[in-house]
Amino acid sequence: MNTKINVTINGFQLEVENGKTILEAANEAGINIPTLCYHKDLCIAGNCRVCMVEVSGQKRLAAACATPCEEEMEIQTNSLKVRNSRKHIIELLLSEHNADCTKCYKNGNCELQELASEYKIMTQDFLRLAPMKNYTIDQFSPSIIKDDSKCIRCQRCVRTCAELQGVNALTVAYKGDEMKIATFFEKAMNDVVCTNCGQCINHCPTGALVERNYIEEVWDAIADPNKHVVVQTAPAVRVGLGEALGMDIGSRVTGKMVTALKRLGFSSVLDTDFTADLTIIEEGTELLNRLRKTLQDKDTNVRLPLATSCSPAWIKYIEHQYPELLDNLSTCKSPQQMFGALAKTYYAKARKIDPDKIVSVSIMPCTAKKFEANRPEMHDSGYRDVDYVLTTRELAIMIRQAGIEFQKLPDNKFDRLMGESTGAGVIFGATGGVMEAALRTAYELVTGREVPFDNLNITPVRGVDGIREASIKIEKPLKEWAFLDGVELKCAVAHGLVNAKTVMDAVKNGTSSYHFIEIMACPGGCLGGGGQPIPTSPEIRQKRMEAIYAEDGAMPLRKSHENPEVLKIYQDFLGEPLGPKSHHLLHTKYIPRERF
Amino acid sequence: MVASSYQLKRADFIFKNDNDWERILDKTLKRPPQELINELMSSELKGRGGAGFPTGLKWKLTAEDPSDEKFVICNADEGEPGTFKDREILSKVPYKVLMAMAVCGYVIGSSKGYIYLRGEYKFLVPELNKAIQEFEYYCKEVGHDFSIQIFLGSGAYICGEETALFESMEGKRGEPRNKPPYPTSNGYLGKATVVNNVETLAHTFTIFKYGAKKFYDLGVQYSRGSKLFSVSGDTPKPGIYELELGMSLQDFVHEFGDGDTKAVQVGGASGFLVPRKRFDKTTIGYRGKLTGISLPTGGSMMLYNSSRSMYNVLDNYLEFFREESCGQCTPCRVGCQQLHSGIKAVKRGEKPAQYLDKLLKLTETMQLTAKCGLGQSVANSFSSIVENFREEMIY
Repeated sequence: MNTKINVTINGFQLEVENGKTILEAANEAGINIPTLCYHKDLCIAGNCRVCMVEVSGQKRLAAACATPCEEEMEIQTNSLKVRNSRKHIIELLLSEHNADCTKCYKNGNCELQELASEYKIMTQDFLRLAPMKNYTIDQFSPSIIKDDSKCIRCQRCVRTCAELQGVNALTVAYKGDEMKIATFFEKAMNDVVCTNCGQCINHCPTGALVERNYIEEVWDAIADPNKHVVVQTAPAVRVGLGEALGMDIGSRVTGKMVTALKRLGFSSVLDTDFTADLTIIEEGTELLNRLRKTLQDKDTNVRLPLATSCSPAWIKYIEHQYPELLDNLSTCKSPQQMFGALAKTYYAKARKIDPDKIVSVSIMPCTAKKFEANRPEMHDSGYRDVDYVLTTRELAIMIRQAGIEFQKLPDNKFDRLMGESTGAGVIFGATGGVMEAALRTAYELVTGREVPFDNLNITPVRGVDGIREASIKIEKPLKEWAFLDGVELKCAVAHGLVNAKTVMDAVKNGTSSYHFIEIMACPGGCLGGGGQPIPTSPEIRQKRMEAIYAEDGAMPLRKSHENPEVLKIYQDFLGEPLGPKSHHLLHTKYIPRERF
Repeated sequence: MVASSYQLKRADFIFKNDNDWERILDKTLKRPPQELINELMSSELKGRGGAGFPTGLKWKLTAEDPSDEKFVICNADEGEPGTFKDREILSKVPYKVLMAMAVCGYVIGSSKGYIYLRGEYKFLVPELNKAIQEFEYYCKEVGHDFSIQIFLGSGAYICGEETALFESMEGKRGEPRNKPPYPTSNGYLGKATVVNNVETLAHTFTIFKYGAKKFYDLGVQYSRGSKLFSVSGDTPKPGIYELELGMSLQDFVHEFGDGDTKAVQVGGASGFLVPRKRFDKTTIGYRGKLTGISLPTGGSMMLYNSSRSMYNVLDNYLEFFREESCGQCTPCRVGCQQLHSGIKAVKRGEKPAQYLDKLLKLTETMQLTAKCGLGQSVANSFSSIVENFREEMIY
């Protein structure tokens, strides 16, 4: 049992759980204390000093985020002393900050700007320090732009990179006035172990870390009468976009999004969910092939567990951190890249459009997708498979620029071809979704029966625990799959790269008995991706997750292998799963990378 | 010149060559821990690193903590400008410190001690290791389980702050932690830890050998015992002196000044500057506004004569803080830059003289909000210099 203690905040008495911080207690009492370095996803740093409050009997102010409540504590969150100090701190941060707000990508979505506005910092009494420092902007990465002149050193990115992702691409370097957030030897972001996951962007309170945006390029393509601009939208975008356009968190806006994209002028509005379904067919077949080779043919060269390959940040992570395990990866491209390769081949042929004139755009909840589209091997269509990748946030910007009142839009359906999808494709957007979709198909393929779960909801792989395990026993398989009779298929699901590390260490050490593992780089899966609306928090991701599963539940088709367009593409174009054409367009290779 | 009514009282305990540490150790280890804590408490020994926390209480709190493992750390990061006493203790009477660490380990229930040695004191390592070997050998012989290891710092001033010191020892970036929790329950590796300054430990030797009363009888109320002072600057006799606490600064200057002393910086860069007109009103001790204390180490006495520009003195201190701030918290990182650049701007006429008042207000905020003693104490030298030598800042 937790004991309760009594505290007084601004004269109000309240009872709080022992161990709660002053910040938590104040929030419970409906009192807002400003914060900058604090983030619900991260450990307490207590370094920005914006949340200082006065505690009776103490000479100095206390950081509300880092100070636990004590019995009979009397706290003032708005005394003269507090206000003056807080204002000073904000002024100091601004003096060190490149406060050229109108030229900033984060203008209007910046926590420092909000604070400056709240405290009406109208003058610049202190010396401007930012221009005295020779900051360079790191814009070598196709995904992330790092501008130190806008950094307030809250270390949220550092903690994100370490605690959520276990990557540690960003750390603190130097001390005193030279202290900054840096990569290994201050190399460019694209030269280090950074996975481009973009979680640092999601957690940055200012414009120091932002995505490289391709908004103007896409506008130009749309305006070019000689171009046919196709757009694909990832599953998680439809549960995040509404948020960025003033709607409730977790709003499902698939229909409005399609309408908006059409009004923006895209030639054809298609769905990444289609290639998500296709991924399931290819990857599911790959899994069953590997199982056959291992269990039936006793082939020891085949690597198990098979690991999913949809998350490009995860791919770059394993290339850096576990190059010896690259053979465990599914060779399937991510749905985005499958789509890109098909858009300039299958789609072009069917629609009789010169692939040279096709501009392929994707809307992703992800910044690593920008890097992925930029990988030199992603040219299997004979062209660059995906030309531009926009995040959910960039799409929201375009919709606003176009003067579209998003909330009032009518619903619309995706175009054909490559617009049909199933609930299995939709749940790719949540952690555990690929696993669930794969199991729905693979189980049925092997046994001829639906997965033995109520309403196809494979609940053991759902949820928010960092690592989840599940197993399905295969009984009475079809004759062709007799070798799987009685086999307990063991699966693991991990999200957040720090959890991926735990799973991969087990694989590396040979202590895991998994057959299939799904890994998503971002917390919550793609719905918590680095390209999703800011802010993020466990509660926000939970709501998006509920929306994803609601979307799945509402789909008439729930299993990838029932997607009529998928069946059609094999019939008309690809031939068979893992066939030569599939192999050429839908599969890829990985390269070991150095660990800087 | 009329002799002061108060004579500086020299003391001679720290460097007294007590050759009987083995006997004292045996004797002390036979006494119950509680009795030793009481002895320390009644001596009223306060931390000689500068913060002045009661040593007996620190040992008591750590002894009472239920940690499964505990540590004793001797803070030898002596980084405060103008301080050089710990170096002398470790090279002249290391066994006193080692013995005190072992006794502390006995009292709190720890068998592992570390000496966090300032990187620049690397030259002490061979001799110190020899002493440690000899000491550990003796401990083993008498069946006392205690080992000591030297941990060499890397040169950051901030690592003398005890929680930054832990981070440094744990292989992390030297940055102070949030307090609470305090080291007495969550120190090195998250375990209950006593961190004592070199000199503090050496004083406990005196107390365990001669008894608390002998120590208590030195000094004045609230400031008991003697203390080492590192005397430097414009003085004909720089060096280390053990003096009783409670002396007036006037007497000190009579003894150590060159006849033209303009001001004395008490407590290093993070301490206070006392101008000549306040010498007679200032005593050195733990009570009263001006004391010989300040984080992270005490006992630095820098004398300045009339040839010194107080602007240059402050400029020098601020440059030091600007570089040595760990950089994590806003008031310290940005505050130090603003203060340093600010006085330059005033001097150059780029900012009006009144800007100094804005900076003084800023130091108040730094004192109220900085995460650790470094940022909190920049206000000390800044305000005492600017308030007393304002005209030198401007013209």
